[in-house]
Amino acid sequence: MAIHPPEERIWWNQKVGKDELIWIVIAFLWGVIMFSMMIYWHVVGKQNLSTTAYRIDPAAFEEKTEAFADQFKVREEGDTGIPVVRPPAGGDVYMLARLWQFWPVLELEKGESYQLHLSSMDYQHGFSLQPVNINIQVHPLIEHVLTVTPTETGTFSVVCNEFCGIGHHTMIGRIHVVEKGTQR
Amino acid sequence: MAIAEAETQIIGGIAAKFRTCPASGLKIDLAAERLIKANAVASIVFLAIGGLFGLLVALTRWQTVHILPADMFYLALTAHGLDVLLVWIIFFEMAVLYFCSAVLLNCRLATPKLGWVAFVLMIAGAVLANVAVLQGNSSVMFTSYVPMKADPNFYLGIILFAVGALIGCFMFLGTLVIAKDEKTYEGSIPLVTFGALTACIIAIFSIAAGAIILLPTWLWSLGYISHIDTVMYKLVWWAMGHGTQQVNVAAHVAIWYAVAAILLGAKPLSEKVSRTAFLLYILFLQLASAHHLLVEPGLSEEWQIFNTSYAIYLAVLGSMIHGMTVTGAVEAAQRRNGYTRGAFEWLRKAPWGNPAFAGMFLSLIMFGFLGGISGVVLGTEQLNIMLHNTIYVPGHFHATVVAGTTLAFMALTYLVLPLIFQKQVVWPKLARLQPYIFAVGVAGISLFMMGAGTLGVARRHWDIGFADAPMSFSYPAAAHLMLALNGIFAVIASIGGILFVLIAVGTVLWGKPVTAENIVESLGPMPKKQVTDAVSTYGNAGTWHLPGTYILVAVFFLSFVLYYFVNWKYLSEIWPLS
Ligand code: HEM
Ligand SMILES: [Cu+2]
Ligand SMILES: [Cu+2]
Repeated sequence: MAIHPPEERIWWNQKVGKDELIWIVIAFLWGVIMFSMMIYWHVVGKQNLSTTAYRIDPAAFEEKTEAFADQFKVREEGDTGIPVVRPPAGGDVYMLARLWQFWPVLELEKGESYQLHLSSMDYQHGFSLQPVNINIQVHPLIEHVLTVTPTETGTFSVVCNEFCGIGHHTMIGRIHVVEKGTQR
Repeated sequence: MAIAEAETQIIGGIAAKFRTCPASGLKIDLAAERLIKANAVASIVFLAIGGLFGLLVALTRWQTVHILPADMFYLALTAHGLDVLLVWIIFFEMAVLYFCSAVLLNCRLATPKLGWVAFVLMIAGAVLANVAVLQGNSSVMFTSYVPMKADPNFYLGIILFAVGALIGCFMFLGTLVIAKDEKTYEGSIPLVTFGALTACIIAIFSIAAGAIILLPTWLWSLGYISHIDTVMYKLVWWAMGHGTQQVNVAAHVAIWYAVAAILLGAKPLSEKVSRTAFLLYILFLQLASAHHLLVEPGLSEEWQIFNTSYAIYLAVLGSMIHGMTVTGAVEAAQRRNGYTRGAFEWLRKAPWGNPAFAGMFLSLIMFGFLGGISGVVLGTEQLNIMLHNTIYVPGHFHATVVAGTTLAFMALTYLVLPLIFQKQVVWPKLARLQPYIFAVGVAGISLFMMGAGTLGVARRHWDIGFADAPMSFSYPAAAHLMLALNGIFAVIASIGGILFVLIAVGTVLWGKPVTAENIVESLGPMPKKQVTDAVSTYGNAGTWHLPGTYILVAVFFLSFVLYYFVNWKYLSEIWPLS
């Protein structure tokens, strides 16, 4: 029994049953397949997280983001006072996370690829793009640069999904996606 | 009481008092027995407290009930994670370590006095951390990601608790050494003890990682250190955080083998295979910290792929092996016990009325089907993009650590009560139902949290209606429905949890004493024809075919493959990222 010492003293020389061996081989191969799947997706898949990241001071990132917003602001989002920023198609876009907002609101064109720069001013936050369901961790002192390509038009929300204090559940941002070439 | 008659033995100049267990004939060191009792009782107290917080959290996430205000919700969630994941589980594991060393090896426990030091440290640490949380300025979640700061006592409490646990681990190792020296057993240690040894080794690694990160964090909270790197914190914290999960897995797998052995006379199909599977845990688990860093900025793909898959899924391989061999051992034992008809007579006629068996088998099935499969999906580098920090994550780990570990620990408790506390379980009818109620509840919360997570719902979030947010957003109606169902099943799970606590406490206080005459029946219903013939050695060893096990394993494998690829399909539909 499993609660007693092995009945065969030299248990390591015991023959392993065929059924166990078969399962071990299948399970091992399945592991190899799952392992290869991740590599395969890096080669042919379209959803891979960028590893480009730089150290950055929050103040410097804030400055870059504000300059970006000033330059490309097209209007304000409702009565929130938050600028809606429409950068040139295919350019760099900045979004900062801070207690408790994602700033600014972005307006992107469908089918264009943008360099999205993310960083936090304070705690960690979670960039959770809904309802697309893309989730990325946002750290302070790190500028994460990723390429995103919106494939559908509409209004998308960025929910914070890393606990960031008492206002966490009010932290929300927005990305509008419009057809190519529509009016700014 | 016939059983409590103790004999004193002097071995190597050290006196220890033993009693002889009438069921197994094992000599039980009374000092070990007292420590097992103390740790088991402490664990159950914290399960009760932590479980209550869990219920409050679940009822708050049910948007129409929304029972707690925001600050209390985050406080309760922090307390829940702390009390159940750390305190309940690790106290119980201390009891398991002492049981698997001193009791199973027929040996005296090494340095029992130190065991009390460990116990007191753990209690003090747990209380200190809880007080810090309840005071309201440490609602940082049990993961306490920097730079969010908790009260220094929060970190200090966890550190003290961990030091206590570390002492317990070394006592376990010390007892193994004594048992070997004093030749209290023959040949190799039992498989169950080997599993516990696995848990112990991983625990030592994990606690070391915990010390490496929590000591500086504590100093930082006191103002002696100015900065802690956020990514590095997570990497090292999760070496502890995920490491301890592998401790749980090793411990509950050992318990599966133990319960099957005690109740059915099950033997491992092959010692070599089962032990190698445990070894895989030891060799590959340290890599698992990477699971928690798949969508962090700046970590290379190579690093992520290698680590998140524990090399090439070799620790997962370990679990897949145990899943088959435990099931196979149960089937083989039942066939030996005479249930040979068809593919599943062994399962139908298993002692489902015995809460220890029911809990063990449900734990095995739910851990594999719900926890294991979802865990691999979640830990796949790119798939994590769709699931990271959604409530899918707690859905997954309630299947592993509640349906798997907690239920297995409950099952073992039904044997520890008669064997160690020497009390007959009170309210046997309720006890029969308890594992089922708890299992249904936990299956519900796991599945519905996973369901809501698939729809994007954030974890650790007080209000997915975003009433106070400056911009409006709403998750699909189905997500709200899932959270409501989650609330309902949380109530069911809580009833199961409360019953467990009441039965355990009631038994300790009022249970009838177990005697040499009634000890076997005190373990609950068992198959009648249990043969303990020494001739039939290993479970299959060429003599038994295990068609039931093959079918179950095949169903498991197909579900796994299907679910895995369905998630890749979903992934291919989201916005391209690079
Ligand atoms: C009655 C039983 C239980 C219920 C109803 C329950 C319910 C919940 C719910 C609803 C959450 C929150 C999800 C979120 O908002 O992010 C949660 C989190 C959690 N639960 Fe449980 N749970 C129970 C038992 C347990 C047990 C026994 C354990 C551990 C062994 C456990 C470990 C955790 C952990 C670690 C978290 C995460 C806390 C965090 O995000 O910081 N739960 N639970
Ligand atoms: Cu946030
Ligand atoms: Cu947040």
